[in-house]
Amino acid sequence: MCETCGCDDPAAAPRLTSFSADGEAAGCSGRELLLEQRVLAKNDEQAEQTRQWLAARSVLAVNLMSSPGSGKTTLLERTVRDLAGRWPLAVVEGDQESVRDAERIRAGGVPVVQVNTGRGCHLDADMVDRALRVLDPPADGVVFVENVGNLVCPALFDLGEGVRVVLTSVTEGEDKPLKYPHMFAQADLVLLTKCDLVPFLAVDVDRCIGLIRRINPAADVFTLAGLHLPAGVPGTEPEPGLAAWYAWLDARRRRPDARPRAAVAGRV
Amino acid sequence: MHELAITQSVVDAVVERTGPARVTAVRLVIGRRSGVVPESVRFCFDLVTAGTPLAGAALMIDEPAGRARCRRCAAEFVADDVLVLCGCGCADVAVDGGDDLRIASVSLVPTAAEAS
Repeated sequence: MCETCGCDDPAAAPRLTSFSADGEAAGCSGRELLLEQRVLAKNDEQAEQTRQWLAARSVLAVNLMSSPGSGKTTLLERTVRDLAGRWPLAVVEGDQESVRDAERIRAGGVPVVQVNTGRGCHLDADMVDRALRVLDPPADGVVFVENVGNLVCPALFDLGEGVRVVLTSVTEGEDKPLKYPHMFAQADLVLLTKCDLVPFLAVDVDRCIGLIRRINPAADVFTLAGLHLPAGVPGTEPEPGLAAWYAWLDARRRRPDARPRAAVAGRV
Repeated sequence: MHELAITQSVVDAVVERTGPARVTAVRLVIGRRSGVVPESVRFCFDLVTAGTPLAGAALMIDEPAGRARCRRCAAEFVADDVLVLCGCGCADVAVDGGDDLRIASVSLVPTAAEAS
């Protein structure tokens, strides 16, 4: 008897039901090949090669993830403006379409490569590898990888990054960590953005931070406000969360391989 | 819809191992805590396998849950979500398994030598 589907005669008509739309019957042939292979093995192998390539150059890669509109590009615009003279910086921009974000970053004088994923909803390790080879980031610097705006899919794909940073804005409501726990569970740092809007919203920031800590007790959490304002506006400087963000980056930049990323959900 | 990319990865990985041999069945393990929706993989499967040696293959998906153990009251229970809360109200829970995402096996059409 076939061990797979219980059919008695390997030459008999197929017994397993196909899910194919055309209704073509699919059969158990009796010749089974055990694979026991991780579905994302290929992506993870490329990610590991990228990680080693970056480590050899002492480059810290930062995978920035959030839903669309949380402020990833705004944070990057401000960050490259403030840090460009201090460390070598480069940016990989991921979006389904357009070079809008790359143009915004390039205006800050930092090398940038735009990856358009087309129908894809996330960056994968191969896309980032190709972008990095074009960017050719100098040693001891930081490469920011702005993932496609999406709180679901990017959580599953290791890009070879050194750290994962997740943004969530107060305008999205405090429940986002509960609704998208996979994303928050893997963050090394969570940035709560647009906090200058809190007075106008019915949002409980403390509860949001509590939910993040419940899902991921190891993650650091900083709040950010007023990133869209030009530097030096009275009442917005110094922005304490921004200083904490730069100090956090600097600590990891000095030792980019000091904290290997935790196992990604879905990996065996 | 990362399931489209996930399903494409399944097809690529299988074809890499089995070459042009016709595949009649694919068995996947998608843990309930993996972040991948089996129904979406099923939806994508026919689309992605069209024109490949996997076209028309049956798709079987095992969906194991994880095992959880409360660090406070030591209760053990099934974990079928990323967020796990013990019945005692404690969130300090150790979880093992349920995050698998792998290809277990495939069935192939017997070669002429095997069929005879």
